[in-house]
Amino acid sequence: MTDTRYSYFPGCSLERNAEAYHKSSMAIAGPLGLEFVEIEDWNCCGATEYISLHMLASYAIIARNLAQAARHSPGNSQASAHDLVAPCSACYLNLSKCDKYMRTDADLAEKVNLALAAGGLSYKPGSVHVRHLLDVLVNDVGCSKMKAQVTRPLKGLRVAPYYGCLISRPGLRTDEHDPEYPTSLDDLLACLGAEVVDFPLKTHCCGGHMTQISEGTGFELIRRLVKGAADYHADVIVTVCPMCQLNLDAFQGAMNRYFKTAYHVPVLYFTQMMGLAFGRDAASLGIGAELVDARPALAKIGVEVPPPPEAEGAPKRKRDDKSLPMPKMPKHEAAATREAKP
Amino acid sequence: MAGPVPSVPERLSFLDAVQARTPGESRLLMCIQCGTCGGSCPSGADMQHTPRHIFAMIRADMRDEVLSSNTPWYCVSCYFCTVRCPQDVHITDIMYTLKRMSLVGHSYDSSTAPDFSKMFINWVENYGRAFELGLMSQHMLRHNPLGVFKIADMGIGMVTKGRMAFTPKRIQGIAGLKQIIAKAKELEESHD
Amino acid sequence: MKRLDEARVGVYVCHCGSNISATVDVENVAKWAGENLPNVICARDNKFMCSSLGQELIEKDIKEQGLTRVVVAACSPHLHEATFRGACQRAGLNPYLFDMVSIREQVSWVISDRAIATEKAKALISGGVRRVIHNEPLEPILVDINPNVLVVGGGIAGIQAALEIADSGSHVYLVEREPSLGGHMAQFDKTFPTLDCSACILTPKMYSAGNHKNITLLTYSEVEKVDGFIGNFTVKIRQRARKVKIELCTGCGACEEKCPKKVVDDVFEAGLGFRKAIYRPFPQAVPKYPVIDVENCTFFQRGTCKACEKFCPTGAIDFKQEDEIITVNVGNVILATGFDLFDSRRIPQYGYGRLANVFTSLEFERLSNAAGPTGGKVVLRDGVTVPQSVAIVHCAGSRDRNYNKYCSAICCMQSLKFAHLVKERTGARVYNFYIDIRTSAKAYDEFYQHIIEEGILFVRGKVAEVTDAARLSGEEGKLIVQVEDTLVGKQRRIPVDMVILSAGLEPRHDAKEVGKKFGISCSMDGWFIERHPKLDPVATMTDGIFIAGACQGPKDIPAAVSQGAAAAARVQGLISQRQISLEPVRASVDAEKCSGCRICNTMCPFNAIAFLADRQVTEINPALCQGCGTCVSACPAGAITGTHFSNEQIMAQIEGVLMLDLRQMAMA
Repeated sequence: MTDTRYSYFPGCSLERNAEAYHKSSMAIAGPLGLEFVEIEDWNCCGATEYISLHMLASYAIIARNLAQAARHSPGNSQASAHDLVAPCSACYLNLSKCDKYMRTDADLAEKVNLALAAGGLSYKPGSVHVRHLLDVLVNDVGCSKMKAQVTRPLKGLRVAPYYGCLISRPGLRTDEHDPEYPTSLDDLLACLGAEVVDFPLKTHCCGGHMTQISEGTGFELIRRLVKGAADYHADVIVTVCPMCQLNLDAFQGAMNRYFKTAYHVPVLYFTQMMGLAFGRDAASLGIGAELVDARPALAKIGVEVPPPPEAEGAPKRKRDDKSLPMPKMPKHEAAATREAKP
Repeated sequence: MAGPVPSVPERLSFLDAVQARTPGESRLLMCIQCGTCGGSCPSGADMQHTPRHIFAMIRADMRDEVLSSNTPWYCVSCYFCTVRCPQDVHITDIMYTLKRMSLVGHSYDSSTAPDFSKMFINWVENYGRAFELGLMSQHMLRHNPLGVFKIADMGIGMVTKGRMAFTPKRIQGIAGLKQIIAKAKELEESHD
Repeated sequence: MKRLDEARVGVYVCHCGSNISATVDVENVAKWAGENLPNVICARDNKFMCSSLGQELIEKDIKEQGLTRVVVAACSPHLHEATFRGACQRAGLNPYLFDMVSIREQVSWVISDRAIATEKAKALISGGVRRVIHNEPLEPILVDINPNVLVVGGGIAGIQAALEIADSGSHVYLVEREPSLGGHMAQFDKTFPTLDCSACILTPKMYSAGNHKNITLLTYSEVEKVDGFIGNFTVKIRQRARKVKIELCTGCGACEEKCPKKVVDDVFEAGLGFRKAIYRPFPQAVPKYPVIDVENCTFFQRGTCKACEKFCPTGAIDFKQEDEIITVNVGNVILATGFDLFDSRRIPQYGYGRLANVFTSLEFERLSNAAGPTGGKVVLRDGVTVPQSVAIVHCAGSRDRNYNKYCSAICCMQSLKFAHLVKERTGARVYNFYIDIRTSAKAYDEFYQHIIEEGILFVRGKVAEVTDAARLSGEEGKLIVQVEDTLVGKQRRIPVDMVILSAGLEPRHDAKEVGKKFGISCSMDGWFIERHPKLDPVATMTDGIFIAGACQGPKDIPAAVSQGAAAAARVQGLISQRQISLEPVRASVDAEKCSGCRICNTMCPFNAIAFLADRQVTEINPALCQGCGTCVSACPAGAITGTHFSNEQIMAQIEGVLMLDLRQMAMA
């Protein structure tokens, strides 16, 4: 079976400080029949910095990447657009936003292409389908294929799925994630056998670069998330974005000192969790690169067997039970989203 | 480094200017001052004015107060406001516009956030990639030298875990990138 | 072929104030018409043709100039065709010898260039003149109005309408989907602004409706099919099997008491309470007979139990009872089908469904209702704890482009009412979070003042989030409402024990299907469309079908009652006329030309076409035909003509608009 090939935009973080994300993504790609082909000579997407100072130039440098991607289709494009996969949520947002805005704002598209022409490039909006790595794994691969690769189910491990803000919002492609309460990562982790915590802050912002702008603000945003995960007794926070990982992991110590707290919640990438479930050894997945040691939490995998899940259907009510029934919620479907109205 | 952003012609109101410099349709006019944005903002408590307040001030033509506020620089681009706004105002995009506009005439008096962005951009414009070590060290030295000690063990941790690159990486097509950037900046100036 | 030179046409071009004259050079057009169009005896322009002076102009000319045809170029026929036809009739000219040309909606309101607009006006009038020459005098079709009336929906609006019509002497079939009358109003505890007990004011009306000699109550029933037209509707109603013989049932309630199967009551108790598999929705139900919920009944699902049958003292349980189809003939229909509540699960950041102590408005109504699951005690989801602080969130799912753009009209008053009830029952600290306070009707703002006096805390800000994720001390174990207090300009996090969401009102989720059955349409938001939003809120574009209450749009009880009464009055007016005249615009088949291909048979939206097998030709029932023209255009043999829209008339109009003859004349 030939692999499905995708164009791949790693982004600056995956080069070094989030190399673990890159390593683990590559490690799980093979077994799932995926091949990620890095686009040629890509440049930084500008994060949230470039657009703060320049409007047109910020879209132009992003469009340069889209243009490069469009030029080299990896071989199995769907109709007129082919997929460009970005593991980093900020890169994903920038690339997809640039494409979307160029599609809807003709004036912007014209000016961006004029700029690109100065570098010998051009980009027809819509030529590339920008996707987040999570979306590819959840929708293109799917649970059954992943389950087939699981040799070490993550039983006994309580994980807090943390999407962060930029994958969830602003929802430029409404078929992807619910902006408030997505469940794709929850489902993926459940598929790997983990005990998924109903983490209420799962799309709340880690603060981005705020630690460098205002310590108090930056650390507070980190504290809320770490505290939230700890309050819900999560063993690990699982993330889909290198900025989130950096903030929650690398700055956890500084945050603890600032607030005089003593949280210890390790933060791993979802691809690392997949790799662990697939039986890969920790080092090949970049585990060990986290500043908040994950080993104590990971020691749980395969060691403890959790209590059997609650039987389906409502339990029998006791005679003196005065409590009032709760409304029925759809199970892990996107039914409770704004698309529900016919 | 960021080039000069042209000044706004006299005839344009501040509201018009903000709308004109935001790509697409900002829908700033549609704000009903409900406060969902201010209520949703994760860094709202640390802003001098909530986003809603800023929009009221923009509509009241309070240019100086808006552009000297720390609000846009405390925006973390989480888009909570944008997706929740009942009137579909493109709040985050407007925040970016205000960041850019506040640098004209240097209205915002704290240079911490603008400098951070400027330094980041500097690396991108010269190398085509971000360079964290360079960025962090430049930034901390200028704005928070004592902070270096506070995060010393984080820095050491990053190095020992192999997460810190010591030299910047340069893309091959840097010349082309520079030309693209130059052309884009030229077009933006002439647009205004 | 008529001799064209026999017709004597009068053309009248209206200024419509400046609505038309600002764009179209009306004087020029009138002059041009008089000089250039065939058979035009007189052509005038006037500021307001629809005024009495304007109409008198037409009448005068008909009498003095012997006009045999009239064309008025003005607004839309929807507005004033009837007006000018009336003028013609008063002057002794058959009203169908009149044609109306719209140069407002079709010209001045859509074209800004004066030259182009004037040219188009001329072309349209030319078309109208050419066409009207071919018009034939017609007589309206008179139909009897069946004095029976169908009211669909047994909520307050439907009950009001039914009672008024029944009191006037006509017979009403009142159809209600649920086992009892009452609608949403039966679920409420107190009603604003008077804080009357809802059941206390509703049940007397329910009882009257249930026992009125002129009302046939059909509960647990739904309309299946509607045929016919105004004055003559044939309606098929499915009366679902209660599995209880109502002739024997005394309403004692023993069956309900003994039934072992308890289920969550999703309808009347809004999911907050329980009922049995055999149940009456509430104690004051009308009719008092219970109903078996077959899907949850142990006997129907597994074949065992039958406790109700065992304990029924009169042997009224009948498991074999079947649905019954009842066919009724009515002259008019009033739809009063009410609303559904916005599903608050669609706003994940408010936590409804995840966080136990977030309640919707209907859930809270049941909580505070003395006959509700907690006997009227305002408590948390555990059924025991009394809250010490409560947040009431306005505009949940309303005024929001992400959900429903419109304002749901009642939620501000409802939220204030809730504030009062919570304060009265628990003494808790109460917060109301709002964008605006909309208290516009009679005694409403006074109610607001009253609530302020009670010490309710008002925060102007639309709630951004309700969360259990504590950040600061004092937040642990609470629900935190995060909001910007816009009047202060700061974000606030307010810990409370309970949150009540004033969820918006939505059209019934099957409104479109119901509308289709009756031949009426729904707006973009899904509400039934009224004939005119200001001047005719209870009629629809379909004659004989009226709407009343929340199904037309969100409204409070006084407004629903008013609309129920208004619809009843309209219907009574039609009944008292005994007959109404229908437009003679109909299709008819020329049997000689009909080849029996039957292409037209399936096309009629009004089922007016029948095929006569013995003669192998198609025939159209003029009573059912509405003159839509579908069959006329479909017939390959051209065997069907449409009265008042004959091929001749239409071709003449087209040629007139194209001004072919005038161009030829100009070239010659």
